[in-house]
Amino acid sequence: MHYEAPIRQPLIEGDKSYHDITVDVVRPVESSAPKSWWLVFSLALLAFLWGVGCILYTIGVGIGTWGLNKTVGWAWDITNFVWWVGIGHAGTLISAVLLLFRQKWRMSINRSAEAMTIFSVIQAALFPGIHMGRIWLAYFVLPIPNQFGSLWVNFNSPLLWDVFAISTYFSVSVVFWYVGLIPDFAMIRDRAVKPIQKHIYKILSFGWGGKAKHWQRFEEVSLVLAGLATPLVLSVHTIVSMDFATSVIPGWHTTIFPPYFVAGAIFSGFAMVQTLLIIVRKMFKMEEYITIQHIEMMNIVIMLTGSIVGIAYITELFIAWYSGVEYEQYAFLNRATGPYWWAYWSMMTCNVFSPQFMWFKKLRTSLMFTFFISIIVNIGMWFERFVIIVTSLHRDYLPSSWSMFSPTFVDIGIFIGTIGFFFVLFLLYARTFPVIAQAELKTILKSSGDNYKKLQEKQEHVEH
Amino acid sequence: MSSTNQTIINALYDDDDVLLSGVKEVRGKGLEIQEVYSPFPIHGLDKAMGLKETRIAIAAFLYGVLGLTTAISMTYGMMIVDWPMNIGGKPSFSWGENMPAFVPIMFELTVFFAAHLMVWTFFFRNKIYPGAKAQNPDPRTTDDKFLMEVVAGGDHSNEDIMALLKETGAIEVSVNSAEHA
Repeated sequence: MHYEAPIRQPLIEGDKSYHDITVDVVRPVESSAPKSWWLVFSLALLAFLWGVGCILYTIGVGIGTWGLNKTVGWAWDITNFVWWVGIGHAGTLISAVLLLFRQKWRMSINRSAEAMTIFSVIQAALFPGIHMGRIWLAYFVLPIPNQFGSLWVNFNSPLLWDVFAISTYFSVSVVFWYVGLIPDFAMIRDRAVKPIQKHIYKILSFGWGGKAKHWQRFEEVSLVLAGLATPLVLSVHTIVSMDFATSVIPGWHTTIFPPYFVAGAIFSGFAMVQTLLIIVRKMFKMEEYITIQHIEMMNIVIMLTGSIVGIAYITELFIAWYSGVEYEQYAFLNRATGPYWWAYWSMMTCNVFSPQFMWFKKLRTSLMFTFFISIIVNIGMWFERFVIIVTSLHRDYLPSSWSMFSPTFVDIGIFIGTIGFFFVLFLLYARTFPVIAQAELKTILKSSGDNYKKLQEKQEHVEH
Repeated sequence: MSSTNQTIINALYDDDDVLLSGVKEVRGKGLEIQEVYSPFPIHGLDKAMGLKETRIAIAAFLYGVLGLTTAISMTYGMMIVDWPMNIGGKPSFSWGENMPAFVPIMFELTVFFAAHLMVWTFFFRNKIYPGAKAQNPDPRTTDDKFLMEVVAGGDHSNEDIMALLKETGAIEVSVNSAEHA
């Protein structure tokens, strides 16, 4: 019943019992924060506050404070939007797709990966909001008559599809995450000794008691949510790519965009999961749950999706030439050799070249190297969106309209602010939430725990 | 579960496999198990306890159909009937012609309705809500212990049942005559 082939490496190291898992998961919540936490948190908070200032300045004065001009009407804001949404995708991929594929290694990382999803989608959603200029009219995107007159939203527009896709994605991710959290909150509630803490976790745990019927429904709900979230996550970046692909701008108007965007999203998302988990496992001593094997598996995903992205880049170039459309050909020639050549080649180096190092087992099991590559990949994926957006726009149809984009301090400040906000949320989460789905993890202890695997091996030797 | 003055015998286990075989044995003796509390889902427990399969997935499907219907009526009502607009030369004479542009909305609302309403149903049926009182009588059952509640009665005396539970590997056995929901 609890059998797993001995050739598979244990997913939980050390001599763990069910109680040990409880204690290890709850430790960051019950103990005070390490110094390193305060240091990173203060930095993140500072960046966040700077970003808030820049956002308020933008809202007060208008988006003229950004570096946009008549030719380049979309730049850093949309780049950041797509970048953050893309990062979010890995969380759903880990918790939903790997659940459907019955990949047990997801269990120690899915909670944090999904937290990352939610926090990065929050950052993403900020950008279209402030780019509207008049944020108090943001309700125009809702399917209600605009200005409460008789004009409705336009369901033919990919921008509106995006509103529906992002809000569905965000809210379903939150619900999926929360349903999984309920039993773990109940565990913290039942251990808490301080009255205020006990009260807070009592509210959060919804009174969960772990009844047999409830667990039966819980598993069914998780499975159905995973089944719904899987096509959902693919649809979200598909629709984001349609914001570009359904337009008639050379460099945007391509049918390869949906799969190419989805692969890129998973690629950058896994890189961000690596960045965060390498910090979390060190800061909260989770090395026995988030093992080198977990890191290696994610590196393999990065290698695979990075290669898919590489193929997409080359296909794009080939099709631009093969199409025979001069505008399209020029758009791609300009990307690689025009004034933004440095952005294009940064993208190529970071996204296509750097993940290929993961073919070497020594490198993909090295923490330092993984951390380094994860940052490189995220820089590369930011440049990918910048290249797609800005280089396609800056050379307009008429040479008299050609221009360049350079960000102002407000553009930069808002971007840094979202990175700060993201880390503020993630660090608060890491101190107050169970960072590992402990209830789920306990179900695989007997099949994938180090001690149980050794025990099983011993028994097998006796039997034969 | 609704009976008021039932005597319940609690048996606490410290291993899921021991609990599972205990459940089978207790039911084999014709005793009724009122509830089992566990820190994680135990595969095969629902079958061993004789629980019916959950219908929540069917509910989710129906919610999805509702979401799809909502999307169709919304796009039809707003874009075709109330205010047809000619956007980029895309036809808006009939819903069928305009339908391909509505597929993303139809998909998203299907997922939205199915996921959210299913989770609401899950909360409602389990009677869990923010601030609800903990349902598990023993706080250890969210950590590493497993609690089986056996309904006393029939041709077995309480002592017999307690001896049987001990035999199945329970680490603590106690009689609980107080009612609880």
